[in-house]
Amino acid sequence: MAGTGKAHLRDSPDVLLRIEDLVVEFPVGRTGLKVNAVSGISLDVLRGETLGLVGESGCGKSTTGRAIMQLPRPTSGSVVFEGSELTRLTGDEMREARTRMQMIFQDPISSLNPRRKVRQIVMEPLNIWKRGTDAERSQKVDSILEEVGIDPTRAAESQPHQFSGGQCQRISIARSLVLDPSLIICDEPVSALDVSVQAQVLNLLEDLKAEYGLTLIFIAHDLAVVKNISDRVAVMYLGKICEVAPSDVLYENPAHHYTSVLLNSIPVPDPEVAVTKTAIEGEPPSPVLPPPGCRFNPRCPAAQDICRTEEPQLRAVGDGHFVACHFPTVTPVELSTR
Amino acid sequence: MSDLIQASSRDIDGPLLVLKDVTTHFKTPRGLVRAVDGVSFTLDRGKALGIVGESGSGKTILSRSIMGLLPPRGTVRGGSITFEGREIGNLGRKEMRSVWGKEMAMIFQDPMTSLNPVMKIGRQIAEPLQIHLGMTKQNAWATAERLLQDVRIPEAKRRLEQYPHEMSGGMRQRVMIAIALACGPTALFADEPTTALDVTVQAQILDLLGEQRRDRNMSLVLVTHDLGVVAGHTDEIAVMYGGKLVEKATTKGLFANMKMPYTEALLNSIPRLEDRSHTRLSAIAGRPPDLVNPPKGCRFAPRCPYAQPKCQNEEPPLVPTAEDPNHLYACWYPVGSPENTEIKVRIAASKSEFAAAAGGN
Ligand SMILES: Nc1ncnc2c1ncn2[C@@H]1O[C@H](COP(=O)(O)OP(=O)(O)OP(=O)(O)O)[C@@H](O)[C@H]1O
Ligand SMILES: Nc1ncnc2c1ncn2[C@@H]1O[C@H](COP(=O)(O)OP(=O)(O)O)[C@@H](O)[C@H]1O
Ligand code: SF4
Ligand code: SF4
Ligand SMILES: [Mg+2]
Ligand SMILES: [Mg+2]
Repeated sequence: MAGTGKAHLRDSPDVLLRIEDLVVEFPVGRTGLKVNAVSGISLDVLRGETLGLVGESGCGKSTTGRAIMQLPRPTSGSVVFEGSELTRLTGDEMREARTRMQMIFQDPISSLNPRRKVRQIVMEPLNIWKRGTDAERSQKVDSILEEVGIDPTRAAESQPHQFSGGQCQRISIARSLVLDPSLIICDEPVSALDVSVQAQVLNLLEDLKAEYGLTLIFIAHDLAVVKNISDRVAVMYLGKICEVAPSDVLYENPAHHYTSVLLNSIPVPDPEVAVTKTAIEGEPPSPVLPPPGCRFNPRCPAAQDICRTEEPQLRAVGDGHFVACHFPTVTPVELSTR
Repeated sequence: MSDLIQASSRDIDGPLLVLKDVTTHFKTPRGLVRAVDGVSFTLDRGKALGIVGESGSGKTILSRSIMGLLPPRGTVRGGSITFEGREIGNLGRKEMRSVWGKEMAMIFQDPMTSLNPVMKIGRQIAEPLQIHLGMTKQNAWATAERLLQDVRIPEAKRRLEQYPHEMSGGMRQRVMIAIALACGPTALFADEPTTALDVTVQAQILDLLGEQRRDRNMSLVLVTHDLGVVAGHTDEIAVMYGGKLVEKATTKGLFANMKMPYTEALLNSIPRLEDRSHTRLSAIAGRPPDLVNPPKGCRFAPRCPYAQPKCQNEEPPLVPTAEDPNHLYACWYPVGSPENTEIKVRIAASKSEFAAAAGGN
């Protein structure tokens, strides 16, 4: 099998979203080559869970998020959401399904229509889907705006550029909530915000999740941020999954060499601890010609011959903890004991 | 490499940069924006200074004021800036041109907007060398290649022939650093140089800046909103809030003995890897002040958990701590003082009273 394994998938009635063998490729001009953005990943998310997706720029996080939304449809693989196979839905059926799953993005200001008033922007999905009476729509929009900390009166009078970056992210969140979705995919929602606003937005997401019973996929490159908000984390590298684990376990007991690199790159706000050492040299290679075997092998300090020829499959190293590595830093659990 | 273009005139005595009561205000239809409002500090040769604060606290405008890179219209400047003993606070862009490159250079958050998209990387590095240092074209290109090697760009020779869009964000930031280093500046200003980058690339770029600073005996001013970024890469830290300097100390001194409630709040808002997941983050409520109408007393008072009536009426001056004359802070009830401890006790007591009342019905 060419994929990176499915040992980590759960067999539970609470699975809200399950993606299997997801592949997304983009052609490179007319060269006949292709960008291997996502290369056969499998993931599931339980109802009410927050799944974190981490990895360096270009490793396929956003592409995975968009492929779940079928924007565009993946090259191959399966995406089952609330029991229906999204890859087989017609355009209309998919538009309907997208009301149940929403996406928010990194750049809050440019993801909002600059010419509309903010209250209109938040109202728009309700108008398109003709939900409720005018009065009901108004009431819903105002209560959600209050909820995210935006004054509805000001929202009715002002355009996005009159709000700060953090406020625009709150507005995007409000808009994503009006149709009562069950899943929200947050693509680097705090990467462009400063640390204090980042903390406000992360706390807000936690509160809204509890209040609206949401399920979240949270994409970021900073593992400290991802750990704070997620129940479970999947680490991606060059279109593949390296490791899946409960957030606390991933930090306490990282099993993949790349996870350790990500952990060691986070700046420590303490001059006594902050030893200056570069965690890793260079950058990921091009996804047009990914290295054979384990895709991390050219940068891995522990790489052996087998890593250059054979692709590691995900296998269990602990309770809910899975790693795709021939020589993980945590000893794999024997199959017989599972 | 021994023939690095070293920072010029390194051996003159005295501080490199002295700011005295620097103000930079902008005339706007809404009124006067007090972006930088009376900032004084000294930077020594070869040292790395971090300037930290939330968005809109005046970090960029302060570094641009020093560089003389301000909009020509509607800008009102005051105070004094001396660089190597020479007053530069009143120089225009034209006069500053001789200072840029050789004396001071700057790198910005978004390398794409500061690189010329239609010019080869090699030419973008070589041209300033020909203009500022009078190098021959051949020499300048050879130096450009070596600069790319210095900033750890693999296959430097091939990269000289590339355009910015053919490189990753991290690679472009390295090119920006190479351009900034080209004429051997005495001081390098880096404004959020890693905010647009991954954590892995951020670590690489910060290490690169530190290494180049040491090799070239250059001063570095690192502007960022993240105390984590400056902790391991600076000798001193200046914290700005609402256009003012509110705390300044050695990096070790600041973390060991934080005085300003604002600095403490900034530090506490960073998610910690060692905390369990779903740990509530201590966000700073509200937003930084409107710089057209800043609060009358302490500018942090509307958001400060320890604010007292005095804070709303009287502006706290920047004063040294009892232990360290070089550790400055501006607060009436500094963290760790008996007065602050008393306020903390009162807050804790009223919280538990509230909890008792809520639980008692
Ligand atoms: N040309 C200008 N005219 C009017 N106001 C300005 C101008 N440039 C900056 N300001 C204002 O000055 C204040 C300080 O801006 P500055 O760019 O220095 O903030 P900063 O601390 O660098 O923030 P960030 O972290 O967002 O980069 C802000 O309120 C900003 O809106
Ligand atoms: N529409 C597209 N056409 C071609 N390549 C793309 C497209 N979208 C993404 N890619 C490429 O796919 C890879 C993964 O991209 P992305 O999912 O955006 O990464 P991440 O979000 O992890 O930074 C990258 O190499 C990127 O350049
Ligand atoms: S499989 Fe080999 S190259 Fe890949 S992470 Fe494990 S040890 Fe490193
Ligand atoms: S002066 Fe008062 S309001 Fe300002 S930081 Fe100190 S305690 Fe807080
Ligand atoms: Mg992305
Ligand atoms: Mg700035």
